[in-house]
Amino acid sequence: MTEDATGEVTGEVSTEASDRDAKISVTCTINDREQTLVVYPMARLLDVLREELRLTGTKEGCGEGECGACSVLIDGELVNSCLVPVLQVEGARVQTIEGVAVDEQLHAVQEAFIACGGAQCGICTPGMVIAAVNLLKRTPNPNEKEIREGLAGNLCRCTGYVKIFEAVVRACQSSSSSRGGGVEA
Amino acid sequence: MSNQFIGRPVPRKEGREKVTGRSRYVDDLTFPEMLYGATVRSAAARGRIKQITFEKGIPWDEFVIVTAKDIPGDNYVALILNDQPYLADEFINHPEEPVLLLAHADKHLLESARASVRLEVEEFNPVFSIEDSLGKKEIIWGEDNVFKTFLVDKGNVDEVWAQADLIVEGEYRTGAQEQLYIENNGVISIANAAEGVTVWGSMQCPYYVHKALIKLFNLPEEKIRVIQTETGGGFGGKEEYPSMIAGHAALLAWKSGRPVKIVYDRAEDMAATTKRHPSRTRHRTAVSKDGKLLGMEIDFVVDGGAYATLSAVVLSRGTIHAAGPYFCPHVRIRSRAVATNHPPNGAFRGFGAPQSIFALERHMDKVALTLGLSPEEFRRRNFIREGETTATDQVIREKVDMGQLLSRALELTDYASKRERFNAGNASATVKKGIGFASFMHGAGFTGSGEKYLQSVVGAEATPDGRVRILAASTEIGQGTNTIFAQIAAEALGLDYELIEVARPDTGHVPNSGPTVASRTCMIVGRLVETAVLGLKRALTGAGLLADAYDSAGFRRACQLYIEKYGALRSSSQYEQPPGINWDDERYRGDAYGAFAWAVYVAEVSVDMLTYEARVDDFVAVQEVGKVIHPVLAAGQIEGGVAQAIGYTLYEQVVWREGRMQNNQMTNYIIPTSMDVPPIRVFFEEVPYAYGPAGAKGIGELPMDGAAPAILNAIEHATGISFNQVPLMPEAMIEAIESRR
Repeated sequence: MTEDATGEVTGEVSTEASDRDAKISVTCTINDREQTLVVYPMARLLDVLREELRLTGTKEGCGEGECGACSVLIDGELVNSCLVPVLQVEGARVQTIEGVAVDEQLHAVQEAFIACGGAQCGICTPGMVIAAVNLLKRTPNPNEKEIREGLAGNLCRCTGYVKIFEAVVRACQSSSSSRGGGVEA
Repeated sequence: MSNQFIGRPVPRKEGREKVTGRSRYVDDLTFPEMLYGATVRSAAARGRIKQITFEKGIPWDEFVIVTAKDIPGDNYVALILNDQPYLADEFINHPEEPVLLLAHADKHLLESARASVRLEVEEFNPVFSIEDSLGKKEIIWGEDNVFKTFLVDKGNVDEVWAQADLIVEGEYRTGAQEQLYIENNGVISIANAAEGVTVWGSMQCPYYVHKALIKLFNLPEEKIRVIQTETGGGFGGKEEYPSMIAGHAALLAWKSGRPVKIVYDRAEDMAATTKRHPSRTRHRTAVSKDGKLLGMEIDFVVDGGAYATLSAVVLSRGTIHAAGPYFCPHVRIRSRAVATNHPPNGAFRGFGAPQSIFALERHMDKVALTLGLSPEEFRRRNFIREGETTATDQVIREKVDMGQLLSRALELTDYASKRERFNAGNASATVKKGIGFASFMHGAGFTGSGEKYLQSVVGAEATPDGRVRILAASTEIGQGTNTIFAQIAAEALGLDYELIEVARPDTGHVPNSGPTVASRTCMIVGRLVETAVLGLKRALTGAGLLADAYDSAGFRRACQLYIEKYGALRSSSQYEQPPGINWDDERYRGDAYGAFAWAVYVAEVSVDMLTYEARVDDFVAVQEVGKVIHPVLAAGQIEGGVAQAIGYTLYEQVVWREGRMQNNQMTNYIIPTSMDVPPIRVFFEEVPYAYGPAGAKGIGELPMDGAAPAILNAIEHATGISFNQVPLMPEAMIEAIESRR
């Protein structure tokens, strides 16, 4: 690893060729299932989820942590999985969109997204649902400002957010908002 | 039959898959032995390729490499003028122009390889502005840099200037805009001589890709198959570009004999693919002192970028909408699409109309101010009425009442009292408030004789278990195609909504219902869905299997019996032009659209005179769109379109340097977030259109048209400063505000 003139570390982070030589073993819990992964340490969590585990519900929109399409929960924290090297999830609990519905029982947020028209093209939806679930866990009855702030890391180009806000309100009004045990992280 | 499904918020057909993350987009698919493809692009804007060097340190013999020499058929993207190559052979006409393709199983190694192909280009002088192109600083396309010209000439505008009490002139400009669908462009292809070419991908128009691949591979049409995968937004950005990326993946697949996936990353997608055409519009308007429009002369120019793509058609729509929803006896609109050495601009929701409507609706406020009339009163005196003619001499036969839409919009926003209140408070305020509006219309479907030439077809079939499946190439890209088609079919047949399926667009299995563009899917294709499914019912009745009165179960049984007896039950419906539509392509006169949607949008803004930030605080969208098929989806279209238009107005600036986009990242190309959008309040009025399904018209593009002028009209109200360009960035505000102090 080298440092350039600005003091920024450059080198191994982006040199996949050297990463390829040294896979490591990472043990973590993904959607309530403990898994041991043999992966390159600097591989993006996003790629490991999508390519190694075939959990393709988590999407890549920008690859730089701006759009939130790759949102997942790590130990209950909302993160952009495109910015997380997989070595950081050692021992952690990772929740993806695939773990939000329990069996065929949708989470209240998912039901509300369908009812309110919160999903249009659907590509931001998994990340948006994860962000909304996380918001309601922390703030069970958010006001408009809290909803806007809670979803500010997730970009949507279809809806203008209006129906997404409505879906969040509906989800927290729903008596069933406590179900969907998959997000207990 | 009473409306059981039309106008009701039935659940989105593919909603469950989308909220659970189970929908499969193209990047979610993999094939055994699949390679990844990458595109080597030019950095130079214009020149001649002298040499291509493969630098050391890459195992090049492991790579599949495709150049123009490997193309089995014609090296152009078949569209309108066929001037754009799939791969530059000798000449470069814009930055990011594709020159060479690479494929490898390891996508990380592929990236290193892409960076290790060096293009040596002898550079020629490029052209980057409308003015330089019109002034023929360099001839970069054809004989005069002009892709297309239109002239609309109504009455005799030359005679009005002498009688006018007042003549008002203005110039207005709009910038490029990135569609910024959250799913980047992507495709997978399998291609070989035995089976032909198959492409799966994110797209709006499978048959456009189909047509392009026929030429690229010189194969018969049955050897090309194009399948739309779940598509994460389009907005026009996946109208013509998928033909390019599909061709690239297919060329690599053809040469390698293996499946090839190309999915762009965000930076490549933003830098290389199409954007909204930048524009310049000049108005010269003659009015009488009692506020009547006497004559309008409009000069409209769009920057098409380096190749023709769809610029002629974008220009057409911008031209026809340039004079807006007003009656004026004398109108001349001259328009040109010109070449520059930017990457080609292309389709984006609104398709030329947001540009010319921005100019018109800013100009209408200017004329009103010059006359000493309020913006609303000036418009009221000129709104087009039933029986009057548009700029193309189209007689309006719809029941249109723009005055009533305006009154409702102004009431809903408490416009009059806010106008007064803000006037009183603004003098001493550092955050100034303003309210403004725009009134406009948007035609649904292809322009003029376009639908007649398209001859779209929709099929319907009964499945062996007695369900009804709709067969169309019209794509679900978020707007709700699957859902509204199922509603229309369920309503027409009197069946349960759940009994209707919509087939995945696959050129191997669905007829060509035309492209998913131009606000035509609901009005034009929806109507064909209605008639196609009624064909199934007629067949069942004719075979004596269906009684006059039936329920869903009875219909299913009848279908099953029919299939047992005759093998298959299919029906299809082809577009027939409604009576009374006449269009003259030569003179650009006549019935430009079968129907228009009519609207008034009102924006309330705050302008911070210290930070130079403008914010939209409230937005009301009132529109007449014919029968609303699905109130939630329809409102979602309007809200999303308004949000995009707010971005277009205040946030989204493409920064160019030597023809290259500099801010091709979500970090520095800013679209509205959940913190930026105001409440967007949507109101529909419904005047059923006789030739739309259940009376529906088109709405997809409409919301893109009105926000920019409404917001800038409001900013002028707040600040007294007339801004005539979007995007309006704080830098422009600094200059204008400071020069006033």
